[in-house]
Amino acid sequence: MADQAHFAEDTEEYMGSLYSAALRMTRNPSDAEDLVQETYLKAYRGYGSFQAGTNLKAWLYRILTNTFINSYRARRRHPEETELEDVEDFYLFQRLGGLEAAAAGQSAEDEVLARFTDEAVKEAIESLPETFRMAVLLADVEGFSYKEIAQIMDVPVGTVMSRLHRGRRALQKALHEYGIAHGLVGAQAG
Amino acid sequence: MGMDHGEEGVDCREALHRIYHFLDGELTADRRVKIESHLNGCVPCLHMFDLEVELRKLVADRCRDAVPDGLRARIAFAIDHEHGEEGESGQTP
Repeated sequence: MADQAHFAEDTEEYMGSLYSAALRMTRNPSDAEDLVQETYLKAYRGYGSFQAGTNLKAWLYRILTNTFINSYRARRRHPEETELEDVEDFYLFQRLGGLEAAAAGQSAEDEVLARFTDEAVKEAIESLPETFRMAVLLADVEGFSYKEIAQIMDVPVGTVMSRLHRGRRALQKALHEYGIAHGLVGAQAG
Repeated sequence: MGMDHGEEGVDCREALHRIYHFLDGELTADRRVKIESHLNGCVPCLHMFDLEVELRKLVADRCRDAVPDGLRARIAFAIDHEHGEEGESGQTP
């Protein structure tokens, strides 16, 4: 049993990542603040049922995700489409010149990647349909395992893997398109 | 591509197929070693792997937002208020 008296200090360190995730989910600073506040209040109320010593961060993310789905997504009259076009594997690598460029010593992908600002990456992530966006955020930004993400999103591990796989490919395409639109990468055919 | 390390190793196709599971730390130790061994001996696969590693770092590093001071204060206030409503007002020693 977790002690409610220690709630604030126990959960303080996760506020930054919860707020960042809330921003990506709601895509709106004011909604993100409300979502994080609601999450903390619910967590505080339920802290007695949290098993101390287990994964507090995952527990908080589960509350955040449920609150988002129930309070924010429900408000939208037309639920967001979860359609996602199929994108080929290693999209970015191929578009940045692929093996030919690498062999010719022309390719310095990390140099190209360094041109992507916070804005670029945030915009690319926020362009993904919600379920894919959440899976990518939980895995690639927060470093949760497949099993933890399955528990947070309340879906089977296989669904997590499939959302991650498709979401990451779509993210590469979104980044590339942002890069072309903002002159960060060349618009070569590929 | 097409490099093969014999029946005990993995080929390019399998190495690339498992790149994300590798990066996600979701492989058994045994399979992990086999993929590592393939990457160490296969420049094209290693190159693709490196880009995925860099991209992962980029996504993780570029998505951090500072919590507004106002939000911290609102949450502290809301929790204090909640605490008061439970009839446990005042500091617990």
